[in-house]
Amino acid sequence: MNASASPAEHHIVVCIKQVPDTTDVKIDPETNTLVREGVASIINPFDMYAIEEAVRLKEKHGGRTTVLTMGPPQAEAALREALSLGIDEAALISDRAFAGSDTLATSYTLARAIQKLGAFTLILCGKQASDGDTAQVGPGISTHLEIPQVTYVRKIGSFTDGLARVERMTEEGFEVLEAPLPCLLTVVKEINEPRLPSLKGKMRAKNAKIRMFTAQNLDCEEARLGLKGSPTQVIKIFQPERRKGGEILHGDAEELTDKLVAFLKDCVI
Amino acid sequence: MDYLLNEQQVMIRDLCRQIAEEKIAPVAAEYDKTEEFPWPIVKILAQSDIFGVSIPEEYGGLGGGVLETCLATEELSKACGGITLCFAASYLGLDPILLFGTQEQKKKYLPDLAAGKKLAAFAITEPSAGSDAGAITTTAKKKGDHYVLNGLKHFITGGGDAEVYVVIAMTDKTKGARGATAFILEKGMDGFTFGKKEDKMGIRASSTRELVFTDCVVPQENVLAKEGMGFIVTMKTFDVSRPGVASQALGIAAGALEAAIKYSRERIQFGKAISSFQGIQWMLADMATEVEAARALIYATARMIDAGAKNVSKSSAMAKLFASDVAMKVTTDAVQIFGGYGYMKEYPAEKRMRDAKITQIYEGTNQIQRNIIALQLIKEMAK
Repeated sequence: MNASASPAEHHIVVCIKQVPDTTDVKIDPETNTLVREGVASIINPFDMYAIEEAVRLKEKHGGRTTVLTMGPPQAEAALREALSLGIDEAALISDRAFAGSDTLATSYTLARAIQKLGAFTLILCGKQASDGDTAQVGPGISTHLEIPQVTYVRKIGSFTDGLARVERMTEEGFEVLEAPLPCLLTVVKEINEPRLPSLKGKMRAKNAKIRMFTAQNLDCEEARLGLKGSPTQVIKIFQPERRKGGEILHGDAEELTDKLVAFLKDCVI
Repeated sequence: MDYLLNEQQVMIRDLCRQIAEEKIAPVAAEYDKTEEFPWPIVKILAQSDIFGVSIPEEYGGLGGGVLETCLATEELSKACGGITLCFAASYLGLDPILLFGTQEQKKKYLPDLAAGKKLAAFAITEPSAGSDAGAITTTAKKKGDHYVLNGLKHFITGGGDAEVYVVIAMTDKTKGARGATAFILEKGMDGFTFGKKEDKMGIRASSTRELVFTDCVVPQENVLAKEGMGFIVTMKTFDVSRPGVASQALGIAAGALEAAIKYSRERIQFGKAISSFQGIQWMLADMATEVEAARALIYATARMIDAGAKNVSKSSAMAKLFASDVAMKVTTDAVQIFGGYGYMKEYPAEKRMRDAKITQIYEGTNQIQRNIIALQLIKEMAK
């Protein structure tokens, strides 16, 4: 799968995911899966930073922005929210054929849709989704599209002459990297402070036309979609056993030493 | 109570509520303490198009009316009645331009005000001319194609931070009230400077300064309406702006009520939440009833103005009078429900009480509002 050539003007694609509001999560005790019915859905919080960064890059460098998501029809609400925040266009990938997609199938499907959107300069994703926490879809898309990727980006410095200079967060500090455009970046929350929607944006979002992608119009290989295209199998979901409470020993140093030695002997170390 | 707001009004209310909760509430205490002007909040409101709610679409606004300004002011004031003034006082400053501006004046000033790039302010009050507006001494002498202003305005909300000012000055002292004229001034004009900044009891996140005019040259085209119409401009402006002050009072009261209900459910005394005591319950019930009555009066007045009603002074004065008295009472009762904690600056109850007080005073004291209402009642009966 080869990436399209760079367009004349910047085209930034933001991939987002609609997730359950994690402040209100319930688990079905029978199936051990998330109860999604009646739970408010929000844009994955990390994706909000990707949306904001796309809008800022557009404000600074011009061009256009497109938001893309794969999900059930209700995911349209997430796209409209992105539009109200300043994104120009939206596309929804929705089809029963995509149900059960793991990160491999999801990134494959998203990559196909991005190719359908036409030439692009940059793809932005949040560093990971707050429900699955895999952080695999962004890198997966770049692999399918055969374009460079930089993960955990905390700053996009220069963004010109076919090159993006970015700062990538690491555990020790940060790296300064340059990537040729088009490329894919996943961003961390340190990158910006997302704005609130605007009234004009909300009104535009309400009436905006959303492009629809299905298994038919994406020209995908069927075997790579949904459950069939997902090597990840969920064997069992269970709640880890609760750890028993610890024991706090009291007394002066000498007493404590005796008690601790006795305790450790009991544990048969 | 359902006020049957339309889709755009609900959108304005909900977005302002979100801004109030997420952006204003966390910083309200800090601005109250430092008295700094809340520029970061101005930027957020501007980015969300809030400054344009009641400016016609042709000037970059959203085309709403007085009700839209009221909804925004109420929601923002729930979090901080002081910070809200960066928005509400700008509307007081731009209302006369909306009402009386020529096409050119509107084109020149409204787009930047709608975008929140600039703020506006209104200036009539002087040290010796408060309620007695006829006593103003700032003069404007005509010299060829311009006027020369001399004098001092004080207690001007937004003074120094706003860019666009509507200033009332006497062009002909011999004509009394009919000798006043409204001018549009811009920050930076020669001879237009700012005096001391006031240290206030409440609404401390808003700036209140003196405006000083020393041979300030104002071009003829900056006259708003006509020479001699200054007081009509003022009265008509207050007719549409008083529901805004009322909404600020309403928001402060509603915020205090909500905080009091929440606190009464958490505060345990004699082994029970204090919300289980009838004495507290009856206070909350009275507070809620008064807040709702104020809201109903404000919305009805705003809708009447937006529908084009001619004589709105009485309703407008009633809304301002009633809502501000409710705000003072409700915030005082909220402090009472918070008890000792309510008196401490660590809790926001006392701040709301300080913020509420000004709403009984500015844009016409509540005594002046009663004069307006009574005068209208007598006029109506005499017809």
